[in-house]
Amino acid sequence: MSPAELFSLPFMQRALLAALFTGLAAPAVGTYLVQRRLALMGDGIGHVAVTGVALGLLTGTSPTWTAVVVAVLGAVLIEVIRERGHTNGDVALALLFYGGLAGGVFLTGLGGQSAVSLQQYLFGSILTISANDVLITIGLAAVVIVICVGLSPQLFAVAQDQDFARVAGLNVRVYNVMVAVLAAVSVTVAMRTVGLLLVSALMVVPVATSQQLTRSFRTTLAAAMLLGTLASVGGVVLAAFASYRAAVATGPTIVLLSLAGFAVTWPVGAWLRHRARLHEPFSSEVIAEHEVTDEHPHTHGPDCGHVAVRHGDHVDYVHDGHRHAPHEKHYDEH
Amino acid sequence: MPVRPIELTNAAVVIGGRPVLRGITLNVEAGEFVALLGANGSGKSTLVRALTRLHPIATGTLDLFGTPAHDFRDWHRIGYVPQRSGAASGVPASVREIVTSGRLTRRRLLRPLSRTDRAAIDDALALVGLTDRAADSVSQLSGGQQQRVLIARALAGGPELFFLDEPTAGVDLPNQRALADALSELKRRRATIVLVAHELGPLADLVDRAVVMRDGRVAYDGEPRSEDDVPDHHHAHLPHRPPRHDHAPHVASPWDAER
Repeated sequence: MSPAELFSLPFMQRALLAALFTGLAAPAVGTYLVQRRLALMGDGIGHVAVTGVALGLLTGTSPTWTAVVVAVLGAVLIEVIRERGHTNGDVALALLFYGGLAGGVFLTGLGGQSAVSLQQYLFGSILTISANDVLITIGLAAVVIVICVGLSPQLFAVAQDQDFARVAGLNVRVYNVMVAVLAAVSVTVAMRTVGLLLVSALMVVPVATSQQLTRSFRTTLAAAMLLGTLASVGGVVLAAFASYRAAVATGPTIVLLSLAGFAVTWPVGAWLRHRARLHEPFSSEVIAEHEVTDEHPHTHGPDCGHVAVRHGDHVDYVHDGHRHAPHEKHYDEH
Repeated sequence: MPVRPIELTNAAVVIGGRPVLRGITLNVEAGEFVALLGANGSGKSTLVRALTRLHPIATGTLDLFGTPAHDFRDWHRIGYVPQRSGAASGVPASVREIVTSGRLTRRRLLRPLSRTDRAAIDDALALVGLTDRAADSVSQLSGGQQQRVLIARALAGGPELFFLDEPTAGVDLPNQRALADALSELKRRRATIVLVAHELGPLADLVDRAVVMRDGRVAYDGEPRSEDDVPDHHHAHLPHRPPRHDHAPHVASPWDAER
């Protein structure tokens, strides 16, 4: 089968559509989760959603909708436990992690279902997605994207500084629960693409990748959404081509592609941060003593090879652990 | 005559069942610069959190600009600078973005920034002297500069009443001076300022009134006194008195003098 024929197949087109919208929505919510330092919240909700899927399989209703309901309930519960402050956020997550996963496997067993039916939700099976599921995915993802982008000033302020947001008149609790619900919805959206156990990767890894290179929240959000789309659509395409030779699972391909993006950008980010630290201005505190360097054959200048750092109204040149500041015809030790 | 920004009468604050503040009456007039002082755990930060309604008041009344706090909705009249070690979070945010979030007290949902919003943000950045760092990530700034970003964020909403919780804590001297410059400009614009501080440093000259907290009560309320005045009223300006540098606040109440 030629590539053109492969991509004209309906199930392939459905998969690409689902991947496109999942790739846009998951990192959008993920950015706010990472901003709150709750990167693993998506994973926690994913585990809770396992129980939802099992409930759907047990009762014979659509696992997508039972997963949405259970995931939303779980997300709100995590948020309530966190807000009440009786337990740390991460402990609250851990409690739900294991409760959700154990409950899901337990219920699947009760219903006499084999582990195989649960597995396509755990690790994704985008190629078997039905037309109806694609529509649900597109609809839910669109809601997530519109809210995450449209309310970004408010969501940003609340995630950045809750006390300030509350004094500024924002209803912090409503926004917190909103982010939790959005995270739950995008988990179920991504369930068919990458699977519940890998969902958090698509929410977090693109954000981690984009923040290696960005300085502002807005570009981080936009770049994460772009990277998420590239990874998920690219993963589907890659898995399709690889399937000529071997059985390749789409979900893990997407996640590995996303991680490859991080592996490529991380050294660049590390180098940029290192450079920024070297060039950070010295404290502009006045140097009391006038200490002249010894005989100095080298002339410091913009391209002399030594790191130039701003220090108050002049520039210091970092030189073997010293700071040399030009002064009249000599250099001062600063 | 402008309305009184803060009128707190006989208030108590209870946190987790334990009374933290009690019997506090504090009226602040428009244009006043009030410093809340006291040792760690004396309740000064709790008092500011009660005034900003982050902590509910168990008994007593709080009126903000003549309106009972419960019904107060003019968020844009209040600017708050929380106590922070830094302004950074899990995702990079530019200085300008953080200052922009201060405009939310005036912006409606789903509306883009107006020209007035942009002008207010530029003005706030200029006042704290960070215009040239606006595009930088806030995590690249020093602690003192991050504190100035938080002040610019409060400024951006154009409030009449400022609450600053320990803005000088952990800030180096040049940044404390920059902070003092920004606050003196605010004072010149007739803003009302309530500031919590452990140590006033370069801000001492700006303060009109000192409120010293001790163990959840107001221990002193009046003219700010320098540390030299308090231990001995009659020999206040003895020359060559060595400056005291311990952890106690540098403004003390008459209660301290008796010890």
